[in-house]
Amino acid sequence: MNLNYKIVCDLIEKNSKVLDLGCGNGELLELLKKEKEVKGFGVEINQDSLLEALVKGLSVIQGDIDKGLDEFQDKTYDYAILNQTLQSTKYPEMIIDEMLRVSKKCIVSFPNFAYWRVRFYLFFKGKMPKSKQLPYEWYDTPNIHLLTISDFFEFCKKRNIKIEKSVYLTRNKSRSGFLIKHIANFFSQEVVFVISR
Amino acid sequence: MGNINYSETKFLKIKEPTVLKSGKTLPCIDIAYETYGKLNENKDNAILVLHALTGSAHAAYYHKDTNKPGWWDDMIGSGKAFDTDKYFVISSNILGGCYGTTGPASINPETGKQYALDFPVVTIEDIVNVQKKLIDYLGIKKLIVAGGSMGGMQAIEWSIKYPDTVKSTILIATSARLNAQGIAFNAVARNAILTDVNFNNGNYYDKEKTPDSGLSIARMIGHITYLCEEAMYNKFGREFKTTPSFDFGIDFQVESYLAHQGKVFVDRFDANSYLYITKAVDYYDPIKEHGSLEEAFKNTNSRFLVISFSTDWLFTTEQSKQMVNALVKMNKDVSFVELESKCGHDAFLLEFEKQTKIIKSFLKG
Repeated sequence: MNLNYKIVCDLIEKNSKVLDLGCGNGELLELLKKEKEVKGFGVEINQDSLLEALVKGLSVIQGDIDKGLDEFQDKTYDYAILNQTLQSTKYPEMIIDEMLRVSKKCIVSFPNFAYWRVRFYLFFKGKMPKSKQLPYEWYDTPNIHLLTISDFFEFCKKRNIKIEKSVYLTRNKSRSGFLIKHIANFFSQEVVFVISR
Repeated sequence: MGNINYSETKFLKIKEPTVLKSGKTLPCIDIAYETYGKLNENKDNAILVLHALTGSAHAAYYHKDTNKPGWWDDMIGSGKAFDTDKYFVISSNILGGCYGTTGPASINPETGKQYALDFPVVTIEDIVNVQKKLIDYLGIKKLIVAGGSMGGMQAIEWSIKYPDTVKSTILIATSARLNAQGIAFNAVARNAILTDVNFNNGNYYDKEKTPDSGLSIARMIGHITYLCEEAMYNKFGREFKTTPSFDFGIDFQVESYLAHQGKVFVDRFDANSYLYITKAVDYYDPIKEHGSLEEAFKNTNSRFLVISFSTDWLFTTEQSKQMVNALVKMNKDVSFVELESKCGHDAFLLEFEKQTKIIKSFLKG
């Protein structure tokens, strides 16, 4: 199983109500339904992915999260999930705001652009970093808002958003809790945050 | 595919009087219906498919005498979206129609003559109430309802009115109420019929001349609303039938298409029925009835699947989204897909491949 999915799954309590934003083909939501008996929706803009999610028996709504979450009411979900999607949204600030509005807690994960291999790639090659996690060319990447772990800490501090949990991932290993931020920022490939307001 | 399946239209007679939304009463009603597939022992594998404006009970398979397939034959049958190997599919002609269910062309038992305009105005609510009598007669307690366009309105009403019966609702190219533009087109269509010299206040059944011109214009208007600019361009462009005639005959391909659609419609539909059914569509408004869409859906116990088509300007994606948003707000189980299509409103009868995939997945879930 994808380690990232396992981490998100472990963070969520049984029978929670969840909203999976940018749910793709619904793999994570299906896992959550099976393992944690969650209820809720997936939202996805890509139709082929959406159809795959529908085949899995999930409730999915075709929609563009960059247009906000107007159809969802305040604090109706235990968790709003934005898994590996923040960096490809047009309006990340608005989306985080909206997620905090509709849910009690949010789970946000993204690839860390300050991971040492990414830094070295840019430093030595002088080109936009490419890796397994960032496989795109600069001109065709959906990742228009790449960020680092430190960026996200700063972002939350400025907006009084509470970081409840953080799980750092490097090469199929995960570490929870607060390491020294700068070290986490240097050595983590990816991060999963639980935030609330 | 293997053998051709044949179907026959059956009839159910409702002998007790039916009170309508208007307060008027129909003394007895005939319901024309067809079924496909087998009802299981628990009687919980039934799907009621609901036809659009000018449809009939003949939704699937072929009729032996005419050799014509049903209007949704692409979607109903063995291995199809509504899989008759698994489900018992029911289709009936709507109240006010002209394909076997009681309507203005039926005989009024009080006078021994056709009702014509003495037929009371019927609503989507009345249409659904009559369908419920058929479902009760068949002994069905749990039901999946599915419909496109006006059929979708009936499905909406089913989910609201009979929350204990409806377990899944499939709404295709539809909306909770027609917008002003749609009402306007229906008004022009009715006017074409009402002002036809042969209309004779609806009493044309025993006359030699019938309001064919009015009914055919009404149908032409309908067909304009079922297509979209892109579909018309792809189908006809600005092509001439042959060369410009320099008179007011039929010059363009698109004119020829509309004239043909109008002509064949006159042979298969009753002008009075067209008045009644378009009125029922115009009147339907659960938002007004219940205060809001949220309030309307409040007591439903159904899962919902909403499908819209990108080029449909009669029942828009925006209108579908309004329903989806209301259902989400009321914590209902709903999925929504907007399908890309170049066919306008007609897409719901044409684009069956993607619909099949979606509906099959939804019914499995």
